[in-house]
Amino acid sequence: MAEIIHAKKALAVNPLKVSQTLGAALVFLGIRNSLPLMHGSQGCTAFGKVFFVRHFREPVPLQTTAMDQVSTIMGADENVIEALRTLCDKSGPEVIGLVTTGLSETQGTDIRRVLRDFRSAHPEFDDVTVVPVNTPDYVGCLESGYALALESLIETLVAPGRQVGKRPRHVNVLASAMLTPGDIEAIKEWLEAFGLQPVVVPDVGDSLDGHLDEAEFSPLTIGGTPRSEIARLGESIATLVVGSSLNGAADLLQAATGVADYRFDGLLGLDACDEFTQALAAISGQPVPPRIERQRAQLQDAMVDCHFMLGCVRIALAADPDLLVMLARFLNGMGAEIVAAVSPAKAASLARAPLAKVIVGDLEDVEKQARATGAQLVIGNSHALESARRLGVPLLRAGFPQYDLVGAYARSWVGYRGTRQTLFDLANLILGHHHELEAYQSIYRRSAGNDENARQPDLVASPATGLVPQA
Amino acid sequence: MKTSDIQALLDEPACSHNDKEKTACARPKPGATAGGCSFDGAQITLLPIADVAHIVHGPIACAGSSWDNRGTRSSGSRLFRIGMTTDLSETDVVMGRGEKRLFHAIKQAIDSYSPAAVFVYNTCVPALIGDDVEAVCKATSERWGTPVVPIDAAGFYGTKNLGNRLAGEAMLKYVIGTREPEAAAPRADGLPTYDVNLIGEYNIAGEFWHVAPLFDELGLRILSTLSGDARFREVQTMHRARVNMVVCAKALLNVARKLRDNYGQPFFEGSFYGVEDMSSALRGFARLLGDADLVRRTEAVIGREEARSTAALEAWRQRLKGKRVLLYTGGVKSWSIVSALQDLGMTVVATGTRKSTEEDKARIRQLMGDDARMIDDGSARSLLSIYKEYRADILIAGGRNLYTALKARIPFLDINQEREFGYAGYDGMVELARQLALSIESPVWEAVRRPAPWATHGSQASVPVARVGEGAKQNG
Repeated sequence: MAEIIHAKKALAVNPLKVSQTLGAALVFLGIRNSLPLMHGSQGCTAFGKVFFVRHFREPVPLQTTAMDQVSTIMGADENVIEALRTLCDKSGPEVIGLVTTGLSETQGTDIRRVLRDFRSAHPEFDDVTVVPVNTPDYVGCLESGYALALESLIETLVAPGRQVGKRPRHVNVLASAMLTPGDIEAIKEWLEAFGLQPVVVPDVGDSLDGHLDEAEFSPLTIGGTPRSEIARLGESIATLVVGSSLNGAADLLQAATGVADYRFDGLLGLDACDEFTQALAAISGQPVPPRIERQRAQLQDAMVDCHFMLGCVRIALAADPDLLVMLARFLNGMGAEIVAAVSPAKAASLARAPLAKVIVGDLEDVEKQARATGAQLVIGNSHALESARRLGVPLLRAGFPQYDLVGAYARSWVGYRGTRQTLFDLANLILGHHHELEAYQSIYRRSAGNDENARQPDLVASPATGLVPQA
Repeated sequence: MKTSDIQALLDEPACSHNDKEKTACARPKPGATAGGCSFDGAQITLLPIADVAHIVHGPIACAGSSWDNRGTRSSGSRLFRIGMTTDLSETDVVMGRGEKRLFHAIKQAIDSYSPAAVFVYNTCVPALIGDDVEAVCKATSERWGTPVVPIDAAGFYGTKNLGNRLAGEAMLKYVIGTREPEAAAPRADGLPTYDVNLIGEYNIAGEFWHVAPLFDELGLRILSTLSGDARFREVQTMHRARVNMVVCAKALLNVARKLRDNYGQPFFEGSFYGVEDMSSALRGFARLLGDADLVRRTEAVIGREEARSTAALEAWRQRLKGKRVLLYTGGVKSWSIVSALQDLGMTVVATGTRKSTEEDKARIRQLMGDDARMIDDGSARSLLSIYKEYRADILIAGGRNLYTALKARIPFLDINQEREFGYAGYDGMVELARQLALSIESPVWEAVRRPAPWATHGSQASVPVARVGEGAKQNG
């Protein structure tokens, strides 16, 4: 049980937090022929676009209701309607994610009512699904906004009913914000190894994986979960929920469809992978395939190899709650010591983390805590690089945003192979920062005229001064 | 911020856009708008002041997705790279605790980082709930003796361009003229020193360091830039310059005009991109300073640098000669870059003019001929179609279009704010040439346009690929 401590300070320094609005937008970037529409000033969208483009190195469809001075004061309902009309007309999306910002929430917008107004004024666009999500940025963080969007997506698209197993090989996967496109690919292959047909919601593995497409340009997402598949989630035989931030969404899906679900905090580390593999075997009724057995054995080998580097190593963690909990479990399992853990917002899952305490704070808190405890490695987003540099320790990049290296989106953390690669990377960072012992030259050797120190100034001189070297 | 104040700012008599309808200032269209807000613009203008604590007052969105993401570089203090925000919570917003929180936040910034000054950027939510940022800045400034400057440029006030101006106005109102510069130490070579300012130069990727040594050589002391690699104490002294140069930016003409009207400083507009513009910028200073000897020395430096640059560019000119460029960028850059590219022997087949003035367009015709294609619609779709129609070899545009180009498998060069390479000055031209060549000549294009060996002819995968490939193959 971790103690949750709120950093009591007026100024957030080097923020770790990313707004709920961006988290909600990310969900719609994983839905096919979709785009997020942010209800706020144009800057909310412009910043969001740069944020995602730099992380994924992909064109990112994102639009704005462009609230200006007049509509901020006099009401911006018309902006929402006009924006929806323009997008439906120009781009013909299947799904629009209508997500609010701090500005429109403070103004007091009622997007569900505005949406009803839009529906009655524009029946010609009835075939476009609009998913309203309330994501003020003065609450929560990226992860919680993402979860709220997934909840609204399910409420909007999944009709209540009981058709469990109508598609007997289909298995739903609700994927948390912590999962990369590379993770989603790994999870799909995992399911497919058991002869199961995965329906991942949202599927950023299909839309933001970074592939050159036949289509040169699209104002909408290319790839992602098809809307028709979301509508049929109730026909699957099971739902796998990865990340406890999605418990609310999982409850909604369960209640609406009656599909049994299996919930996982994460899929990193031997225990978590075994649990997931067991569940797949149970759902599919098939034995664990030999290649998964082999991957498991490879991971075990890597664990043995790497325990020398990772045992007792002092690590500072900075991440949204799901990722923080997943990493903490995994690192604990390797005998590492988490000496600092910071989350940008509180979440129920944090209390269950195998940590003495979690600070709700920013990267300045990570840095202070890491310095006080002599951390040897930091795990956090690209912004943590400056902190790690000041601390003089290596950084393993995880979470959002990662803009200073290529391929963050392609990296797979989960599964036996993803875990193994994570072990290798962590161990290599530690090895790269290994400090050799300072050499000692005996005073007797020096007095015998073999004073190599004179030529090797990096060696420490002996503190013993009793002998005078012979000239 | 009152609407009338904003209207007053949008009326800029020194701007050649001013006579026509203010397209850049029109109401943004919901569902079809790109580009940043006023807060974004204010940060672009002021964040490069390196020794200031830049506090973003608002909930997390504004700072959270934007801190430390600018391409500007500092030669010393790194304080500007520390992200600071009041990160307002729901309680702060509902209970009206924003001002109190800001008050303590400013104290915390001063206590932990001893900044030269604190800049407080107002954002949408506190602007809407009516936090009196100016009053908090005044109170904290008096209490702790560190200058605290309000930058009232909330996102919903308008565009990025307006934010640039609001930031400039804040400098005029609170900072410029609050300190006298030290006299310049006499030079060893006995030459006179003239004080100048650069307005709208942001030292992206450190590119101004290509140019700065020439200023030193000629005896031009840069009192301050607004704001690349600037320090707060330098900005305070901007009122004492003899001449101002406005670099590639209509947005900050308000600052140059007011410095002229209030302090009698003449200004000129120019750019450091391309050999020709670089030289005329140096000539601009010499001309306005009216020192015959400086004019002579400037010509000598220009002669030397142009010769050096010609030699350095020779090999690149061979490689880039005859290559066709589609240029899409705003305003002044629409022609200043054209001359730089022509200098390299390249043909500019079309250029963007959405933000250009009539004067800019006349200059384009002069450079490119009467049949120059001017592009107003900068949508990805339109750019790609013009690219093909004009059989271009490379698209040069802002970072926003980077992945548009790459997804269509065409070479690209980033010319705007976020880029990672410096192109300014005589030396910057070599870097520009290198970047152009490495993308145009890259073997990856042929590889990614080629269908998989097992793809049947006429299959979907190969069709658009072949279409894009044509132009480049004929020319490359």
